[in-house]
Amino acid sequence: MSTTVNETMEIVYEKPKTLTESPTHYCPGCGHGVVHRVLMEVIDEMGIGEQTVGIAPVGCSVFAYNYMNVDMQGAAHGRASAVATGVRRVLPDKYVFSYQGDGDLAAIGTGETIHTVNRGENILMVFVNNGIYGMTGGQMAPTSLCGMVTSTTPYGRDASFIGHPLKITEMIAQLPGAYYVARHAVHTPAAVRKLKKAFKASFEFQKEKKGTCFIEVVTNCPSGWKKTPLEANEWMEKNMFPYYPLGDIKVPAAMK
Amino acid sequence: MSTIQHDEHPKLMKGNEALAEASLRAGLQAYFGYPITPQSEILEYLTEQAPKHKDVVILQAESEIASINMVYGAAGAGARTMTTSSSPGISLMQEGISYIAASELPCLIANVQRGGPGLGTIQPAQGDYFQATKGGGHGDYHLIVLAPSSVQEMADFVFEGFRLAEEYRMPAMILTDGALGQMMEKVCLPKYGSLPKKEANWTTTGKLESRERNFITSLHMESEKMELVNLHLQDKYRKLKQEVRCELINTKDADILLVAYGLSARICGKAMEIARGKGINVGVIRPITLYPFPYEIIASFADSMRMFLTVEMNAGQMVEDVRLAVNGKSSVYFKGRMGGMIPTPEEIILEIEALAEKQRTMGQSAGYL
Ligand SMILES: Cc1ncc(C[n+]2csc(CCOP(=O)(O)OP(=O)(O)O)c2C)c(N)n1
Repeated sequence: MSTTVNETMEIVYEKPKTLTESPTHYCPGCGHGVVHRVLMEVIDEMGIGEQTVGIAPVGCSVFAYNYMNVDMQGAAHGRASAVATGVRRVLPDKYVFSYQGDGDLAAIGTGETIHTVNRGENILMVFVNNGIYGMTGGQMAPTSLCGMVTSTTPYGRDASFIGHPLKITEMIAQLPGAYYVARHAVHTPAAVRKLKKAFKASFEFQKEKKGTCFIEVVTNCPSGWKKTPLEANEWMEKNMFPYYPLGDIKVPAAMK
Repeated sequence: MSTIQHDEHPKLMKGNEALAEASLRAGLQAYFGYPITPQSEILEYLTEQAPKHKDVVILQAESEIASINMVYGAAGAGARTMTTSSSPGISLMQEGISYIAASELPCLIANVQRGGPGLGTIQPAQGDYFQATKGGGHGDYHLIVLAPSSVQEMADFVFEGFRLAEEYRMPAMILTDGALGQMMEKVCLPKYGSLPKKEANWTTTGKLESRERNFITSLHMESEKMELVNLHLQDKYRKLKQEVRCELINTKDADILLVAYGLSARICGKAMEIARGKGINVGVIRPITLYPFPYEIIASFADSMRMFLTVEMNAGQMVEDVRLAVNGKSSVYFKGRMGGMIPTPEEIILEIEALAEKQRTMGQSAGYL
């Protein structure tokens, strides 16, 4: 059988133009790359790349600006939402997103997270919850599950000693400044489609200056969890999703 | 020094308020701050003026950590931006200041110092000299440090601070204290519009098709690259030396030179007058830029005939730089008060008289003591 290239073949899928050509540094199976892509796809489709400023955190996605072909600032560990506040306040008609891990957003940066949302800053906060400190080599995160073995909880997380995994997204939803709060995942094509819708809605709300949109993405960390990508996803579905259930947490009437 | 235009008619204002008003007149675009005595009037003044300045972002942050990181964001987005605090709050900002210096963002920070260490006292002090001039946060970096000694300079140095910060793309600090912040004095405020802003091409305002993306970062994983960044910063600090400023009062015939900045320099001025009345030839060297420090100017006075007396409201910080400048050519003495205590001219006179006595009895060799 011979193959011929059909010049008129229709392109059905391609790399968003707001993603650079940089080869990925993320580990095999890691969810960060997918979240990056979904975010950039939405920015492309909405045609807002020229009006968007992103804030990269300290964490595995510290190099987000190597992949995201939009103007970006790297923030100190935990301070992404304060930096985003500074940017959005002086550029009130642009789109601003922060992209943060669980250590960044829910441990060292908890104060900034709560107060940013409480002020209803018109930004999208993307919260990538992989239940562990990926970048520094797999230490316990505020979101690590009870019993979870990490390099700093070698006998499993003991809630009576170190506290319970923090459901910061549910906390955030209590704040009047939070306009739209949802929890998503990127482990299946269906999940990716849902996340995409959530990002799109968030940027639309931002345009209307409705307040903070906060989207958690529960994802994996095969390297940190010491699992193969497949095992990691299975473990995530079995253990993370029951504790961090996917779906809308606070939705504006307009979306219902 | 820029040529700022001033109002013809003076106003009676607190130092903190003059600084705040000057910032608006200097074209401030974003202010972020957190209350702390003795500088809260700055935040209070600006929030009060806010309705008249709808285009200026004036925001009370949840902490000094948040303030400085908001400043980082706003500066990166191209805004003329400022934060102010007092000693403990400035300590909290140090990580953020290091990021701002490393990312080469211009901004203005004012430290209305109070006595430390720890929670310390709300009374004026100069205990943050090391922190301000030697770096303060992690890594090899510096700030431009301006030390006002009057309410007039509290206002003027806002303009000078923004001008230098933008020209050299680095953070500038006004290092002042609770007394200068709280006291009322006559001030001719600088006029609106006398500090034009240059267009910058590195800001994150949205990547246009026509250009590459801009990203602001201080992360360079390869040591070779990080060393180049450091070399570039050091190069900038060398160029900054041309901005050294220092006030010299009665130095030509002086046998004893007082070296002091800010509030201590005012007190030294008074002590100098009294000493001259008593026939002792005293002069004052007042560093205005604490970084870059006027090493060469001070060195030019160093010889075996002269004595130096450094007066500070701390345990002896700037005196180390004076000693470096003098390099053993003269004796350098120190008089300091700490914890919010302010030295009186009389205390300084006692020191001056003791030094004059030494000079008289020891003759020409006195300088070697
Ligand atoms: C002030 C400060 N403290 C600690 C660190 C070290 N550090 C870098 S990333 C990180 C944790 C990152 O974890 P997370 O935010 O969950 O993101 P992930 O790497 O898992 O994507 C830590 C502790 C730092 N860079 N700065």
